[in-house]
Amino acid sequence: MLQRLRESKSAQGTLLALPTTVWLFVLLIIPLILTLIVSFGRRSPDGNVIYTFTFENYTRLFGYSTNCANGQPSCFDPLYVNILGRSLSLAFNTTVLVISLAYPLAYFIARAHPKQRNMYLFMVLIPLWTNFVIRVYAWMMLLRKEGAINIIIGWIAHFLHIPFTPFEMLYTPGAVLVGMVYEFLPFMILPIYTSLEKIDLSLYEAAADLGANAIKTFLRVTLPLSMPGVVAGTILVFIPVMGTFIVSDILGGRQVILVGNLIQRQFLDARDPTFGSAASLILMVMTLIVTYFYTRKFGFGEEIVVA
Amino acid sequence: MNPFRRSPFVLTAAVLVYIFLYAPIIGLVLYSFNASRANVTFEGFIPKYSDRIVMEGSLVKSSPCGPFHWYCELAKNNDVAEAAGNTLTIAFIATIISTIIGTMAALALQRYNFKMKPFSQLSLYIPIVIPEIVMGIGILTLFSQFFGWVNETFNLVGNARLSLGMATVTASHIAFMVPFVALVVQARLQGFDKSYEEAAMDLGANEWITFRRITFPIILPGIMSGALLAFTLSLDDFVITFFTNGPGSTTLPIYVYGLLRRIITPQVNALSTVWILVVFIAVLLLQILQNRESKDHS
Repeated sequence: MLQRLRESKSAQGTLLALPTTVWLFVLLIIPLILTLIVSFGRRSPDGNVIYTFTFENYTRLFGYSTNCANGQPSCFDPLYVNILGRSLSLAFNTTVLVISLAYPLAYFIARAHPKQRNMYLFMVLIPLWTNFVIRVYAWMMLLRKEGAINIIIGWIAHFLHIPFTPFEMLYTPGAVLVGMVYEFLPFMILPIYTSLEKIDLSLYEAAADLGANAIKTFLRVTLPLSMPGVVAGTILVFIPVMGTFIVSDILGGRQVILVGNLIQRQFLDARDPTFGSAASLILMVMTLIVTYFYTRKFGFGEEIVVA
Repeated sequence: MNPFRRSPFVLTAAVLVYIFLYAPIIGLVLYSFNASRANVTFEGFIPKYSDRIVMEGSLVKSSPCGPFHWYCELAKNNDVAEAAGNTLTIAFIATIISTIIGTMAALALQRYNFKMKPFSQLSLYIPIVIPEIVMGIGILTLFSQFFGWVNETFNLVGNARLSLGMATVTASHIAFMVPFVALVVQARLQGFDKSYEEAAMDLGANEWITFRRITFPIILPGIMSGALLAFTLSLDDFVITFFTNGPGSTTLPIYVYGLLRRIITPQVNALSTVWILVVFIAVLLLQILQNRESKDHS
């Protein structure tokens, strides 16, 4: 037996990969299969799962309702479709905003003097490694009616002699958007920086020799070569934004409900794991579809491992 | 064209983004010195030192620790100490296990051919492409159904009943940390000159000695950075912990989240400030280590 193991490369490889593969199978693959099974079940009165095979959770998620106002047997209830749409559009807006903020900074760091680059990168890492929950809390303090943003706007208004009354920015869709942008900004800066830094500087000389101006050089050289970083960053931002529930929970209050909040509440407050599982699978399918088409169009860079 | 040239547009944008990144953190730190217990507006620093805490309404007038009043309160808080202990225990155990099995998997995937190789490689990408909440509720469903079944079948009562706790949090952390360790070590193995190993084998070393004396020292920095990444991911994790923790396994992020939904005193800011300081020191040390390593190589 031991002799065979020593000789068979295939058996050695299997043995080395076995602990990880088993661990991931038990705690990633089986949970996903279980979620699928539960999503076809029905909720029992005490909040447990009755295993049957029904599409009720999915039809309910996509708007089929039997609680109708004017006595009809069934009608369209847009509640959950709206939540899905809101999550998608928020993830899209967040990604676009994050790219437009991260790109100039990544460009600035990549073009800084090599001796200063590490310090600028270090300054991006500090907010990145500060805990997620703490960062949401920081925005909670800033966005309040009594918070710093209102105070500063108040000063400016006073200086310009414009009347201004502080208003509540917390618990609005805008607050959630700002929070999301802040949370995920570093995940975009790092991959874009990595791909910008790899660009061979002689390409710029060539572009200049051939008579390209700054804008043309940027559009024809810099931007295309940094696309792998943008793609990797988009995946690192879009997927987590789709599933996050803390930001909307703390900064959106009960006003802004996303898929993440919907799922979380089914498991904790409403206690309907079957409906929560269905919503969770739809969320997974939505992110996989977007990621698939996006990476097929733009390719998948190795930059994803960097961050 | 000078490659280090900075356009005023890029410079301005960079400064503004840095302000955006740091303004919330600075605000957070400032409010940790707030004299107001309600912590809604900043009411100035706590001006005086005294033998005991003197309050006037919700304002702290003087304290044995002076302006650092909330840090002293934090030090006296047993819940924080327990949560910090849990967080570190989970991170240490999960890092050790995930580093060992992740490195083994990286070696297997990079060096060997075996039947389940495509499956093993594919499973490493799962935590990257699916939202964390999907993983979290899946694991919660697995544990709750399995524990429920075991408790029923064996008629377990009292403390013998299986429930969510430190073990479930640690096991789940390992599941999302292993892929990161394996991918980082794999990247290191890819950029590795095989001729060193061939030379060792030519000189009569067997596979084990070659691994111990040649391969392992070369990939050690990769293993270390994979382990550090895994450790920080574990310390920072909220979502997976949120769904897998139970009584007695509250971690710091879960504790802070709980506070945010109730009363928020400047103590939360003090805790955040200490945390940011620890992160600052850790990242600084990491940078110094990396700089030294890259200097050794050049």
